[in-house]
Amino acid sequence: MRKLITALLLAVAPSLVLAGGAGIQLDKANIDVANKEAIQRGAKTFVNYCLSCHSAAYMRYNRLGADADMTDQQLKDNLIFTRNKKGEQTKVGELMKIAMSEDYAKEAFGTKIPDLTVIARSRGADWLYTYLRTFYADAGRPTGHNNKAFPDVGMPNVLWEMQGVQEAEIRVDDKGTKHVESLKITKPGTHSVAEFDQVVNDLVTYLVYMGEPMQLQRQSIGFWTLVFLLIFFVVAYMLKKEYWKDVH
Amino acid sequence: MEKLLNWVDDRFPLSVLWNDHMAKYYAPKNFNFWYFFGSLALLVLVIQIVSGIFLTMHYKPDGALAFASVEYIMRDVPYGWLIRYMHSTGASAFFIVVYLHMFRGLMYGSYKQPRELIWLFGMLIYLALMAEAFMGYLLPWGQMSFWGAQVIISLFGAIPWIGDALTLWIRGDYVISDATLNRFFALHVIALPFVLVGLVVAHLIALHEVGSNNPDGVEIKKNKDENGIPKDGIPFHPYYSVKDIVGVVVFLMFFVSVMFFAPEMGGYFLEHANFVPADPLKTPEHIAPVWYFTPFYAILRAVPDKLLGVIAMFASIAVLFVLPWIDRCKVKSIRYRATIYKVNLAAFVVSFLVLGYLGMLPTTPGRTLVAQIGSIVYFGFFVVLWYTSKNENTKPVPERVTK
Repeated sequence: MRKLITALLLAVAPSLVLAGGAGIQLDKANIDVANKEAIQRGAKTFVNYCLSCHSAAYMRYNRLGADADMTDQQLKDNLIFTRNKKGEQTKVGELMKIAMSEDYAKEAFGTKIPDLTVIARSRGADWLYTYLRTFYADAGRPTGHNNKAFPDVGMPNVLWEMQGVQEAEIRVDDKGTKHVESLKITKPGTHSVAEFDQVVNDLVTYLVYMGEPMQLQRQSIGFWTLVFLLIFFVVAYMLKKEYWKDVH
Repeated sequence: MEKLLNWVDDRFPLSVLWNDHMAKYYAPKNFNFWYFFGSLALLVLVIQIVSGIFLTMHYKPDGALAFASVEYIMRDVPYGWLIRYMHSTGASAFFIVVYLHMFRGLMYGSYKQPRELIWLFGMLIYLALMAEAFMGYLLPWGQMSFWGAQVIISLFGAIPWIGDALTLWIRGDYVISDATLNRFFALHVIALPFVLVGLVVAHLIALHEVGSNNPDGVEIKKNKDENGIPKDGIPFHPYYSVKDIVGVVVFLMFFVSVMFFAPEMGGYFLEHANFVPADPLKTPEHIAPVWYFTPFYAILRAVPDKLLGVIAMFASIAVLFVLPWIDRCKVKSIRYRATIYKVNLAAFVVSFLVLGYLGMLPTTPGRTLVAQIGSIVYFGFFVVLWYTSKNENTKPVPERVTK
């Protein structure tokens, strides 16, 4: 039997080598969702730069407050910029919605603007980290910018003030497809490269956290569940041994 | 207590049922590792029903609300995320357990006379399970839910004459829509679970009528002692109930490891694209069904013609129904069968795994060729079995079970 299983595994192994994706090389984000300060910094960037066009309509402000150690007052003072129809500030228990209508967004950007609550779960942290850092100047685009990870993206280069402006060296292959070979900052922004990478890394950390706010909790419950099962296993195994000792 | 039991027994066969199915159901004493998966499948069924009930309390089967209601469960319902991951992990676990359970049947000839009906009920369970999983996968209303369902339902459109009308009837609309979501919800939470539980009961009644097979493929009822108890049999309870508890604990260790530490399982249990809400105007780059359907999906794509592909796909499942009559070898267990059967079964398993792997990937000419070879090996298993099983060069089967 064991031989059979080994043979089966060996037979499948070569097909696994075929695995691997096309597309560009992604830069590695350094994500630690246990780092509450990184989440706080990322949230600040998020509400200032993202949360006016993009909504996060499944996430509540006070959930962020509870998970990243911020009081309701801190949320109101630093993170909530929207108001309801009466002109009152959005309440801390509300969802992170935006004022822009879907129709307006379509008209302005030519596409539906995606909600970002679970964007980290569909795109992945590394993709987001790469995408947000690879905008480059392209006079042919309506926004004046193009992107290496998301060619011809509709989104403007929102973080340009910090990063500065990048120029791309572009190679066109035989099929006429454009490849971004390298990116170089030609007009420096307010941040150094390292500082800007840190800002984006914090932002992506926040997005990863927001995609699954309970992820730390689930791991700790998971650990104790396994400890319980391990003890249960010893008991169950001894019980089985005891019953089965008279079976020959 | 005794009095109460007597009172009940006079009105309902409680003790009789308990004895028939547990305390005096004699199972062979030589069950090995492969015999855990039947009881585990029952456990997963219970997990799915219980977690499903709690999900239903918060889920909204509405095209405009479904995606948000799943995220509401994940965030705002206390421990809703736990229930949801239990259910999504349970779906994949169900298929893992069932595939291993079916493989056990193939190895030890558990589908053979007198257990053909157990196998048929089992195949119906498998069919109902696939329908249940398919309809359940639409409910989160993500991109993969939507486009996966679109692809699968459009397969029925390949049927001549009635195809278009049939797909329209299934969807209740010209595209997958709110109407489809609502009816799939009804079928997923009421109709199919009802069918599943009924079939499981039939599967177990049929099993307990003829008795369990074992790794030696020996009929233990042929050797009974003076009390009419099989000499190689032991009461299911307490021997196998305590043994199965050990199996359950080990299984749960794997189960909770996925549930708590890798609920997406790298995109295989919860596909990445399904975290994007369903959008009828945007086709995802690559539509792949969830892993448990991919072997059949690979067979479908391996055939160049759509109708023939659909026929091949359905045939790959249908052929399993007649397995008890294709395999004409009298010896049940692989332990005493000829090398040709062992090689044949190994090739079948390899083809199933390779097809499953290919079914997840976008096609290339090379992969299609491998899938075609895989499909031939898959169907070849049954052809070779038909021709070789009648006069197979088997080894002598012992009178009693071995240790």
